[in-house]
Amino acid sequence: MKKITDAIIAKTSEVILGKQQQIKLALACILAKGHLLIEDLPGMGKTTLAHTLAQVLGLQFQRVQFTSDLLPADVLGVSVYDRNTANFKFHPGPIFTNVLLADEINRATPKTQSALLEVMEEAQVTIDAVTYTLPQPFFVIATQNPSSQIGTFALPESQLDRFLMRITINYPDAASERQLLQSNGGREQLAKLSPVIDATQLQALQSACHDIHVSDALLDYLQAILKYTRQSAQFNAGLSPRAGLSLKQCAQAWAMLDGRDHVIPEDIQSILPSVAGHRLVSNITLTGSVDNIAQLLKSVAV
Amino acid sequence: MTNKAGTQTNLSMHAIIWLLLSLSITFTLYAFNLENWVPACFVVFAIWRYLIEKNNWSYPTLWLRFPLTIAGGLAVLLTYGSLFGRDASVALLAVMISMKLLETRTKRDFIVMVILSYFLTVNILLFTQAIWVFLAVLLALTGLTACLISVSHQSMQTNISTQVWKNHFKVQVKLAGKLLLQATPIMLVLFVLFPRIPGPIWGIPQDSYSGMTGLSDSMEPGNISQLSLSSKIAFRVEFKSAIPANNQLYWRGPVLWHQEGRRWQMASDRIPLPMETLQTSGSATDYTITLEPHNRNWLLMLDLPEISASTLPAEARVKHDMQVLSKEPIRTRIRYQGSSYLQYKLGAELSEHERTLALQLIEDENPKTRQLAAQWISEKKSPTAMVEAALKMFREQEFVYTLAPPRLGKEPVDDFLFNTKRGFCEHYASSFVYLMRAAGVPARIVTGYQGGEINPNGNYLIVRQSDAHAWAEVWLQDRGWVRVDPTSAVSPDRIEMGIGAALTDSDLLPLLSRQDYPMLKHLYMNWDAVNNGWNQWVLGYDQAKQLALLKKLINKDIAWEDIGLILVVSMIALMLFVSYLLLSNKGMVLNPSNRIYQQFLKKLAKAGVTKLKHEGAISFGQRAAKTLPNQASEILEISALYSSMQYAKQANSKITNIQSLNLLKQLVNNLKV
Repeated sequence: MKKITDAIIAKTSEVILGKQQQIKLALACILAKGHLLIEDLPGMGKTTLAHTLAQVLGLQFQRVQFTSDLLPADVLGVSVYDRNTANFKFHPGPIFTNVLLADEINRATPKTQSALLEVMEEAQVTIDAVTYTLPQPFFVIATQNPSSQIGTFALPESQLDRFLMRITINYPDAASERQLLQSNGGREQLAKLSPVIDATQLQALQSACHDIHVSDALLDYLQAILKYTRQSAQFNAGLSPRAGLSLKQCAQAWAMLDGRDHVIPEDIQSILPSVAGHRLVSNITLTGSVDNIAQLLKSVAV
Repeated sequence: MTNKAGTQTNLSMHAIIWLLLSLSITFTLYAFNLENWVPACFVVFAIWRYLIEKNNWSYPTLWLRFPLTIAGGLAVLLTYGSLFGRDASVALLAVMISMKLLETRTKRDFIVMVILSYFLTVNILLFTQAIWVFLAVLLALTGLTACLISVSHQSMQTNISTQVWKNHFKVQVKLAGKLLLQATPIMLVLFVLFPRIPGPIWGIPQDSYSGMTGLSDSMEPGNISQLSLSSKIAFRVEFKSAIPANNQLYWRGPVLWHQEGRRWQMASDRIPLPMETLQTSGSATDYTITLEPHNRNWLLMLDLPEISASTLPAEARVKHDMQVLSKEPIRTRIRYQGSSYLQYKLGAELSEHERTLALQLIEDENPKTRQLAAQWISEKKSPTAMVEAALKMFREQEFVYTLAPPRLGKEPVDDFLFNTKRGFCEHYASSFVYLMRAAGVPARIVTGYQGGEINPNGNYLIVRQSDAHAWAEVWLQDRGWVRVDPTSAVSPDRIEMGIGAALTDSDLLPLLSRQDYPMLKHLYMNWDAVNNGWNQWVLGYDQAKQLALLKKLINKDIAWEDIGLILVVSMIALMLFVSYLLLSNKGMVLNPSNRIYQQFLKKLAKAGVTKLKHEGAISFGQRAAKTLPNQASEILEISALYSSMQYAKQANSKITNIQSLNLLKQLVNNLKV
């Protein structure tokens, strides 16, 4: 198992240089069957990361560039009257795929955003009273620019909660950047990239992830963290039970990536900033900052 | 499928082996106490059950088991004549347990079996309470506990290697021993405090007293020599002062007055005789006797006991002829104190009725003996001279002291005195008394024990059944009843040095009464000293001792009813407290691995690396390893082990968990920083 996941990470790293941690987090998110939100400035490689992952995992990939005039039908699909059969015929939108890259999701209007988020939750599309199931596995990698940028509609907290993880990519280190500059950019390599696994294998990995052991002692620690977020004056609101479940699932995936058959507190600590960061709003800065999470981790005893 | 079956064999094999081993100990003990076919029956079924397990045979069907059960019950009924009573019901239990082996396969069966076997095993103590039996019982109980442990572990075990499989035996028996050791304080407290009530708590069926040996209330030639073949201990004596010389140690038992052919009996109680007067001189000899049960009333005393309520054991009375009787037959080992005078004058006056009794003889028997007596009377010999003459006869003619005398004919006294001349103490005593009575000298036979063996370890005297003896008392004017031991005339060694020295044909004697084998004897003496302590302090811990001990402890008189009440109340309180601890989480904040890990943290803290509270074990281990590179590998190993014990899925066998716990302990103990 560890061999496969290591191969995936290695392959992805060939394109996304010097970002092992982010790749690992993204993979953990996928293994935990969650949707991923990548938040960073333009040009940091968000799209490349999403595309590469889809490619390496051998998944069908669709990309939608979100703009302020994008309508729900542009994403989900539309029923068109067919004169020959005198019937409405459904034309599936780009969402009927394994991996949907929703680029710059915060540029779209809330209407379109919520249409997408509903599908993310239910993994099916209902149009004109007919339900269409999405292919499995299905997940959304959304990218977003920091909300301070002009012309964006920030995702409300309730919708942020639909994303299992939020990660940032950050600037590459000097060596990686040099390597990048020496090549012709990742996109070219991306075309040549061969998949490491296929969709079935991915599903097997996802279910294996469920079997990673979570001991009572670990649940004690997890609950202590949840309790702290709810009781501390540091946060506006504590973590929800769903967030708790997400933490557990991500920690399981993280343990699997580390090649362990059980979760240890360090796993929780590794994924906590990414899983809880966008769910916790600090009372002081009114943002869910990484510093707050570090503070949280220091305050809860293992 | 084969794999699964193989695994299952591995699983219950532990339990089977433990069960069969422990029951083998139990049945070996029962082999001494029950009919031989009962242990044999166990052996058959045990082997059968083992083969079922080993070769995967099928279990016997109901059609086989049902008739077997009926047959077992019938066999007990036929052998013991009943299904009740101690022997029969224990035999029935033993047989049924043996058969139950054939249908013991599930966890529940095993638990039932183990509990039944616990019961069967402790039941052996109804038969015998010797120290080695007790130790064997402990051994069997340990095995049964190990069986119980293996039963509760096995349901969780999966495929294991042979090495681990063997190792499990060790772990199981260790745990069982630990459990029993932990139970020891409770056992001791209960032993000391559980109220002893006078007499047995429940009536033990009568048949439990069969087979006790001791002096009987009558004497025939042959029955004391029979007794002499037994090395069983009759009683033990501790003296307050120095132990008197061997030829002074006459332990008085039944006094026999009435002759009827070969048989001598105690005087009938129909006409009460007056108490014989006793004048003592010299200082008293004080001693304490621990009497083994013999199912008769006599309490043996050193010749002659002082008769006063203060020195006699409770509920005992003294007959007119100075034999001491208890109210009830002695069925448990008892201890009593005695005070005797070695110099005395007994029975200054002889009443007419006493004289008649002391001269009673069946008419027309033993003509030669009567003729000899008549000759003495015609010679007008004084009674003292007659005694002398008789003893001289024994001494100077070819009389032989032997355990294997020839059978005597129709006129036993004649036959002995003039024909065979070979006999044991009862022959000499009875013919001497007969001769005296025929010559008109009042005489009687006293039976009891003579001598004893000093155990240097503990300085007490062991008196065995083989020391049983019979001697005579004659009444002489002005001197009262005088002890005359005709055996001493024949074989002075018997009286001076004990029976082992007196007999040449020593093969007949019990091994331990013989003179050779000093090593063996030495060992035996040590062993008997242990046994004596066991009898006194464990088996002899009765109500009086308990009350005395408690009085010493709390400095206040206390009744056994109060002890019982206190005990019950404190047990309930203890149980409530324990259930409170179990129900609330207070008692168990730290699990064992956590405790050991805390020691590890302490060690590292001393070395300057303190774990931050939010640090996980692995990350802390890595940090500590960096700071202490010399111990890096140990620190990392401990951290990894602890982390996996805390967070990994625990192996389903507790044994593996105990092993990793031990490993953790070992690693932490070996860590030097």
